[in-house]
Amino acid sequence: MNVLAYLIPISLILGGLGLVFFIYTVRSNQYDDPEGDARRILSDDWDDHPKP
Amino acid sequence: MTATTRPAPSACPACSAAPAAEALAARDLPGAQIALSLPTIHCAACISKIESALDAHPRVRSARVNLTLKRASIDAAPDVTAEDMRSLVAGLGYEAHELDAGTLSATATDKAGRELLMRLAVAGFAAMNVMLLSVSVWSGAEAATRDLFHWISAAIALPAIAFSGVPFFRNAWAALRQGRLNMDVPITLAIVLAVVTSLWETALSGEHAYFDAAIALTFFLLAGRYLDHRTRTIARSAAEELTALEVPRATRLRDGAEEVVGVSELAAGDLVLVRPGGRMPVDGEIIGGTSEIDRSLLTGETLPVFAGEGQAVSAGEVNLTGPLTVRATAVGAETSLHRMADLVAIAESGRSRYTSLADRAARLYAPGVHILAGLSFLGWYLYTWDLRTALNIAAAVLIITCPCALGLAVPAVTTAASGRLFRRGMLIKHETALERLAQVDTVVFDKTGTLTAGTPRLDAPEALPREAMAVARALAEASSHPLARAIAEAARAAGVAAAEVTDVTEVPGYGTKGRYEGREVRLGRASWTGAEPRAQTASFLSMGKGLPVAFPFTDALRPGAEEAVQALLADGKRVILMSGDTEPAVAALAERLGIVEWSAEALPADKAARVEALRDEGAHVLMVGDGLNDTAALTAAHVSISPASALDAARVASDIVLLGNDLSPIGAACATARSATRRIRENFRIATVYNLVAVPLAVAGLCSPLIAALAMSASSITVSLNALRLR
Repeated sequence: MNVLAYLIPISLILGGLGLVFFIYTVRSNQYDDPEGDARRILSDDWDDHPKP
Repeated sequence: MTATTRPAPSACPACSAAPAAEALAARDLPGAQIALSLPTIHCAACISKIESALDAHPRVRSARVNLTLKRASIDAAPDVTAEDMRSLVAGLGYEAHELDAGTLSATATDKAGRELLMRLAVAGFAAMNVMLLSVSVWSGAEAATRDLFHWISAAIALPAIAFSGVPFFRNAWAALRQGRLNMDVPITLAIVLAVVTSLWETALSGEHAYFDAAIALTFFLLAGRYLDHRTRTIARSAAEELTALEVPRATRLRDGAEEVVGVSELAAGDLVLVRPGGRMPVDGEIIGGTSEIDRSLLTGETLPVFAGEGQAVSAGEVNLTGPLTVRATAVGAETSLHRMADLVAIAESGRSRYTSLADRAARLYAPGVHILAGLSFLGWYLYTWDLRTALNIAAAVLIITCPCALGLAVPAVTTAASGRLFRRGMLIKHETALERLAQVDTVVFDKTGTLTAGTPRLDAPEALPREAMAVARALAEASSHPLARAIAEAARAAGVAAAEVTDVTEVPGYGTKGRYEGREVRLGRASWTGAEPRAQTASFLSMGKGLPVAFPFTDALRPGAEEAVQALLADGKRVILMSGDTEPAVAALAERLGIVEWSAEALPADKAARVEALRDEGAHVLMVGDGLNDTAALTAAHVSISPASALDAARVASDIVLLGNDLSPIGAACATARSATRRIRENFRIATVYNLVAVPLAVAGLCSPLIAALAMSASSITVSLNALRLR
């Protein structure tokens, strides 16, 4: 059962990373325009060079 | 930018002046924030076309289109006006309207929604981890391993619940302080009791800990809250956008100079210039100029009224032909527009008697749960004289009966239904509007501006002599009066070229005149052209010889009006037409749409009284109207709909706003509302069935955390899936 000593912290850290990333997406306004973002991916305006 | 900074009072004027000047300079740097409403954009190509055109403008720093809100926010140099941007986008072939940035700023960042989402994420994260640990306990972890897992669960669940449960704790506390019970009281009690008994059990290395149930409960309930909040925010921001579309400005004359000011800055006695096409910002008296005014939004009359010096005008009327100077007699809250609020307040007293399905369920449910949990605690305590067992069972009962599914039952359905209706162009403003719409059996329509578009159309242009048409076109093209525009359009459509008319001049308030084949020709009001006035809206053309030619008009039907009325009639509903307009006009429209019951020349109070009479007969009335004269009736009705073109006051009074020009979604909306209410009832039944199965187990002391988790998740998921079946 010693394996638990590694596995539980690892799973908690991985889950925590997911939570932190989610909080980052909320804070950087990534849910303000879900419909537009879904369409923007189809536009090829900035395919060759990034938007300045 | 409308933000103002107030420098702090300081001992030395220079000290405060310098930073203030700096602040001013810094504020100039961000430039103008312009918001445009773009109702017709729909695809990726629209976004990139508009964004690249705006970015190409030399004075624009950045522009971003939001497709979800159908809005563009532009950061531009300070000297760029919203009108420049609007015409730029309109030039690309998209409809664009300026939005009042001050009204919108309130909705720019939805703080409460973001906070709920954050709490939901934390609860979800904790629930997943605690569930994983619980699965190993259920599958047979024993002794020290089980205790370890329970302690880790506690370490995750306690802070997570303390953070995510705050909305429930806050609401429950507020209710308890006023001596009331709401849904949040049993929720809070269940969560707190579950955590306390689980901690106690874990400390005694007991077998049953409910950390997983407590955190899962918080997660599911927060999901319901979040859905509910989002539906309301979307509705609120769309309603605010409608208000922001009307930028309230007026032109004030001071010492002969014109200045554009906000309507709120006007005072009684000010001279206000109202240009043709503008709306009266104040009540007042005309002291200069002649024109015609359109009062259809206030009274429902379609016939424009002559306006000359000395005549009184009311806020909300539209000036049609010539510029008018008005001396304000009443501004802001004193205008006749706002006095109508009294009527609305009276009608309001009849409203708000409706209790939503959720409230009715909660009223039965909340005391029931407490009594059940209390009784099982007492029964087990008297039976075993063991506080621990009794408390454990009481906690199990509370968790099993907890309104997880009930909390999701209504928001899941209303979110699905309002989303569906929003895509069809209907905005549900009030939370119980859908439930009330489902009960409707009588529909009352207003005429002007609701069933009709409010723009006149020339009646039977082919019946008019061609020469008269040609002369009329030449005269009409010189004017922007709605009737003149309708004549010009009809002549263009019929392929009649304009005749050679010279010296065309517009005489505001009367019409246009010119010279044709050496004679003076006039197009305009009956009295001015020497014709007999008629009841129907008409313009007259005098050719200088013979009798004047009449150009009769009908009000063009609003798109979808016919479909909406047919759908409602086919649905077996009683349809009534109630208008403030003259009898022939109303009768003609009623016949055209197949409406049997109609009344004309109804005053605002008549309309409200009629709706109230219908209500007293036991009818559930849906009122559809747009004008100020409908406001009281809109409020008195069981549920009400107004088009986006309605006056602000009418939109505020109604529960549902039609965003597009089209009326046809009304029929479908009634069907959607009915099926939504059916789904809500089904959801309550599903939740009850789960409770009926699990509660006896809990009371009998046979419930384990596994059964609690299964019952809770299964009922919540069934309820959400059932809501998604909504068509």
